[in-house]
Amino acid sequence: MNSASKIGRMERFLRDRRDTGSKLLVAYITGGYEGWEAAVETAAAAGADAIEIGIPFSDPVMDGPVIQKASQIALEAGASPASVLAAVPNLDTGVPHAVMTYYNLAHHAGHERFAATLANSGIDAAILPDLPLVESAPWREAAAAAGIETIMLAAPTTPEDRLADLCEASKGFVYAVGLLGVTGERANLAATATEIAGRCKQVTDKPVLTGVGIGSPEQAVEACSVADGVIIGSTVVRRLLDGEGAEGVGDLIASYRNALDAG
Amino acid sequence: MVMTDPTDGGRFGEFGGRFVPETLVPACEELEEAFRDAWNDPAFVKEFHQILTDFGGRPSALTECFRLSEQLDVRVLLKREDLNHTGSHKINNVIGQALLARRMGKSRLVAETGAGQHGVATATAAALLDMECKVYMGEVDMERQELNVFRMQLLGAEVESVSSGSRTLKDAVNEALRDWVATVENTHYCLGSVMGPHPYPWMVRTFHHVIGDEAREQCLALMKRFPDVVVACVGGGSNAAGIFSGFADTDVRLVGVEPAGGAAVGRGVPGVVHGMLSYLLQDEVGQVQEAESISAGLDYPGVGPEHAYLASIGRAEYPSVNDDEVVNAFQLLARIEGIIPALESAHALAWVVREAASLRGQVVLLNLSGRGDKDVDQMMTILGPGNKQ
Repeated sequence: MNSASKIGRMERFLRDRRDTGSKLLVAYITGGYEGWEAAVETAAAAGADAIEIGIPFSDPVMDGPVIQKASQIALEAGASPASVLAAVPNLDTGVPHAVMTYYNLAHHAGHERFAATLANSGIDAAILPDLPLVESAPWREAAAAAGIETIMLAAPTTPEDRLADLCEASKGFVYAVGLLGVTGERANLAATATEIAGRCKQVTDKPVLTGVGIGSPEQAVEACSVADGVIIGSTVVRRLLDGEGAEGVGDLIASYRNALDAG
Repeated sequence: MVMTDPTDGGRFGEFGGRFVPETLVPACEELEEAFRDAWNDPAFVKEFHQILTDFGGRPSALTECFRLSEQLDVRVLLKREDLNHTGSHKINNVIGQALLARRMGKSRLVAETGAGQHGVATATAAALLDMECKVYMGEVDMERQELNVFRMQLLGAEVESVSSGSRTLKDAVNEALRDWVATVENTHYCLGSVMGPHPYPWMVRTFHHVIGDEAREQCLALMKRFPDVVVACVGGGSNAAGIFSGFADTDVRLVGVEPAGGAAVGRGVPGVVHGMLSYLLQDEVGQVQEAESISAGLDYPGVGPEHAYLASIGRAEYPSVNDDEVVNAFQLLARIEGIIPALESAHALAWVVREAASLRGQVVLLNLSGRGDKDVDQMMTILGPGNKQ
């Protein structure tokens, strides 16, 4: 098997977009929150290159207040991995889907079973922020066997030797965590955001996307001076919490798309 | 041999590990290295024990409960961790971690607390060593333990209310972890139990090993033999780990008592939260469930991974007691021995009382992990003033 055939749908899709000279935009939306399906479709239509669907977990340690709140509301409304994933095949987006959730849900279901459920639901990739490289091999193997790309997170604190291993292990894209902290918008882009993306770019030709702490289209453009793209989450979910619905999400994504395209 | 070092990856059998966001992995590695280095440095170990003696009041007494023993027909010895400075065993661990943090050049401590005991101890260590301190505490626990909140504030700590999730200890841990993710460069997370990512379960047990070492010597001095049973309450399991570790290489029966509403070993299945793989109360898809117990300090849905391991190999057993049994044991010790125990510690006694018939004639060493002053207000609500039940 040559290496090209091992590239999954997420990575292939993002590489192709990148090759056209476009900066990449991934939008996170909390699955199970009222109106999330429409928000996903609108985000894709407004120019998101991939969608990250959150499967709410009881103890989201990597998430700040906005996503915590949406997760809690979704859980109280009865959201479960099954209910969120059941809706995915009906989503009309035309772009790849990743899930973003926490490791215990995969551990509890069993790696093979969870990976198969994702694959059968039309999910291409998975992000498990509390599963660091050192603990991730069993899950990554099971996921790869089911055709699920595991997106690894690289942090500003990651040392050089592990960064190379981590980028090598990551499938789909490399998630460069832009700052020391949890998800959420910040007033300014942290200096670490371009630093970590630059360090990743030096050791991998996989798409490198910066997420955590991006709060405006201007910051996204700044981050993309180094990164191949950005992931935006809290700023999107806040539109849903504020009751702006899919339309508000669509307008927001369009503003990021336009800013990135204008460079 | 059990209760020695974990594997390189921080595993006790299959349990343990380091399941934290990548941002924190280097901090855990740095901490592990610093701990190994410090614990091999006689000067560090000496300073640790010196502070526990001069400031903490160690060694803690071993008290023979003559009246209780007569009533139960079980010889009960109490390891008096309630007599330590700040009123519980927690001081051992925080002195160790605060000294280590200082050695690592960190100027700020963050901690989670349930009943407030670990928060008070951390605030105390921070005051002693001139460090900044922030303690996360669930909203529900802040109401239950108002006095401890004020104690922490008096000691100069900032107490942050946690209103997410179940608003108890579990969520306070989440919030402390989130703080640490953002502040890891100048902050040490002073975790309060034998839980969390490697090296915490091992490091915290090591700092509490002094309980077991002292108790072992005291038992030998008193009886020229070991007790038949060593019993301690288990939430995360730090006081139990401390006293168990003094007897792990013997054939003494080890009993960790869980609250019925938070019986992670008794009712849990393996799961991952707060950086570790251990027994965990969770629903059918893996969402972590809320523990419910009369004692805020045991309101935790997980348990330290080494306890999960000790249970899985049958070296220790983990029965549970209900709130009514605990309330009765709390009153019993006060009336019959003149000691008001922490509600947490009363769990261990409740088991001894319930099992007295099967323990008849045996020697039971009970780790009285904390004093009950903090619980008096809550018990007054439950029992009513002047209640003579």
